[in-house]
Amino acid sequence: MACDCSCKKSDLSLIENVLAKYADVDGSLITILQNAQEIYGYLPVDVLYHIAERIGSTPAKVMGVATFYSQFRLKPVGKYLIMLCQGTACHVNGSQRIEQAIYDELGISDGETTNDGLFTLKNVACLGCCSLSPVMMINDETYGRLTPDKAKEILRNLRKEAEEG
Amino acid sequence: MRIVVGEGSCGIAAGAAKVYSALEAQVGTSAELTVTGCIGMCFLEPIVDIYDGKTLLKRLVKIQPSDADKIIDFVNGNADAVADIEISDDDKAFLDKQTRIALRHCGIINPEKIDEYTAEDGYQALKKVLTTMTPEEVIEEIKVSGLAGRGGAGFPTWFKWNAARQSQGDYKYLICNADEGDPGAFMDRAVIESDPHNLIEGMLIGAYAIGAKEAVVYVRAEYPLAIERLTNAIAQAEEKGYLGDNILGTSFSCKMRIKAGAGAFVCGEETALIESLQGERGMPRLKPPFPAQSGYWYKPSNINNVETFANVSWIMLNGGAAFSTMGTESSKGTKVFALTGKIKKGGLVEIPMGKTLRDVIFDIGGGIKNDAEFKAVQMGGPSGGCIPAHLLDTVIDYKALGATGAIMGSGGMVVMDESTCMVSMAQFFLDFTAKESCGKCIHCRIGTKRMLEILNRIVKGEGKEGDIELLEELCYSIKDGALCGLGQTAPNPVLTTIKYFRNEYEAHINEKKCPAKACVDLLTYSIDADKCKGCTLCAKKCPVNAISGTVKNPHSIDADKCIKCGACHNNCRFGAVVVD
Repeated sequence: MACDCSCKKSDLSLIENVLAKYADVDGSLITILQNAQEIYGYLPVDVLYHIAERIGSTPAKVMGVATFYSQFRLKPVGKYLIMLCQGTACHVNGSQRIEQAIYDELGISDGETTNDGLFTLKNVACLGCCSLSPVMMINDETYGRLTPDKAKEILRNLRKEAEEG
Repeated sequence: MRIVVGEGSCGIAAGAAKVYSALEAQVGTSAELTVTGCIGMCFLEPIVDIYDGKTLLKRLVKIQPSDADKIIDFVNGNADAVADIEISDDDKAFLDKQTRIALRHCGIINPEKIDEYTAEDGYQALKKVLTTMTPEEVIEEIKVSGLAGRGGAGFPTWFKWNAARQSQGDYKYLICNADEGDPGAFMDRAVIESDPHNLIEGMLIGAYAIGAKEAVVYVRAEYPLAIERLTNAIAQAEEKGYLGDNILGTSFSCKMRIKAGAGAFVCGEETALIESLQGERGMPRLKPPFPAQSGYWYKPSNINNVETFANVSWIMLNGGAAFSTMGTESSKGTKVFALTGKIKKGGLVEIPMGKTLRDVIFDIGGGIKNDAEFKAVQMGGPSGGCIPAHLLDTVIDYKALGATGAIMGSGGMVVMDESTCMVSMAQFFLDFTAKESCGKCIHCRIGTKRMLEILNRIVKGEGKEGDIELLEELCYSIKDGALCGLGQTAPNPVLTTIKYFRNEYEAHINEKKCPAKACVDLLTYSIDADKCKGCTLCAKKCPVNAISGTVKNPHSIDADKCIKCGACHNNCRFGAVVVD
């Protein structure tokens, strides 16, 4: 896996438009971070330092906000981000079995990425599709009424899709 | 004729977008094809309605893209073409038994078109308010209606509006809490996705009442479709003059914007939400001062939940008195619930207060999946509790539900059957609150963690005598020591399960058994030699080769090797695998 520590230099010019728009607007830090994550796919540390400087705040403050909210991630994610719903309805209807199936198929647990950089698993609180539970969302697609076998099949199809490119 | 595809998030997840594409490819000029939001019958998704003018001709359910042929056939005159995909009378009753106010347009109008909303009396309430009523009269009407906060606490809406109105300040804010964080709840999402203008109209009336010039909707980031539709609706309302300067030609001006949350349950607490709006970590403030005195940017602010606002335009059009005829002495109007879990007919249910839990779960929801035994219903998410079978006749009312130890909550209603372990349920919620605790108060931050550790031990079979008492002690100290609603209510799932299912805790601790047979570490698998036919299927399915035996002879499981995955039990066709 490529090194993802802060020694890597991010292209700070990419976020210039966002900063031009929000840097001087009070209370915009979360919005800036959301935009930054959209641009870089995650929040690289050097980008966080840059944001702190531009909004006239401290790196500690920016890091504090970035680590408070579950939406923000400090590491790159795979091509497919699996958001596995762990809401109450999904829990009652067997989301742990789906989590196990994902582990069996991909060898990753919550927060981990496969070695080939293809899949990242993230447990989320509730996707709000409770009547289709258990549910997972991969990139923008929602998959409902999952069984362990169905979940594995979906992952295999995505892998195939990626390999065929 | 008009073909309408239900495209709420649930419908899309069930395949509605693919159904729409299939119809689009074939429809040609034979009918108009359009979308609507969520009708709330999630168990029948995807749903397609066929209208002639305003008359619903057919409601078609569980539609696959391959059904498009039949639908096109029907609109072309073949009356019998859709007979096998039409909704049953029994399922129709799911909607017929409801009283819809907050959800009255959901699944009926196209949420992306303002004209469809205005054709249903949309923005008429706003017009009435701005041209014929003073802000004080609006607040009085809300007072008469008895509307209370639908986010869970049930605080009288008029009181909050009045406090913000009375508060001194040159600039005031109106905020909508759409940070629907309870796992197992999706009422607010459905309202925004299906009827965004109703929310906007309710908020504008609120803004007029308190004198706010700016309104903000704080929406969960996990709801992209809701954000998209609300953004679109705000733009349309601005274009039509319902938002912005001098609304409808009056002196009232108000602008509105959306703020996407970033994922923190505690931001459902109003002062934490304000901190988050200001770009900070979502940590609650000490009250007083209340937001009505010092809220967003320390200006007078009023915060209500989506469903609360969704009732406002109806109240203004029909009168507060009409609203208050529904419900009980202490709880007026209707309430929306997201009915999920082990239920036959899961979806959105709006009923007048005063109905019983049994009415909702059995009469409307059709009872328990696979006709299993009802065990409990969880209400109020991580802040609520589990209500057992003997209290099924409890009426839906803030006081009556509060008396059970649970709460009305925002509307999550998760049904559980005999296969749900209540200790593991408590563990599930504590895991949630321990992760979501913002960390400000020691009792909440550390107390929930200690409680979770105890529960983790109990479900693993490492419970000790005195654990229940220790849990209770921690519960009461967290309730006393936490600043905000999240902490104060975090112990509720544990307290209610101890109260109603103490025997399950005792079985885990004393006998190292899980009565629901859900806690894996406490299970043992064995094979009943009398029932086993020696088919060898279990041995083939066992991932760790823990099962031995020869063909046509009873097999046996090596307990030391067994990882309790359940594969043998799930695959045995003779019911010979015993789980204890």
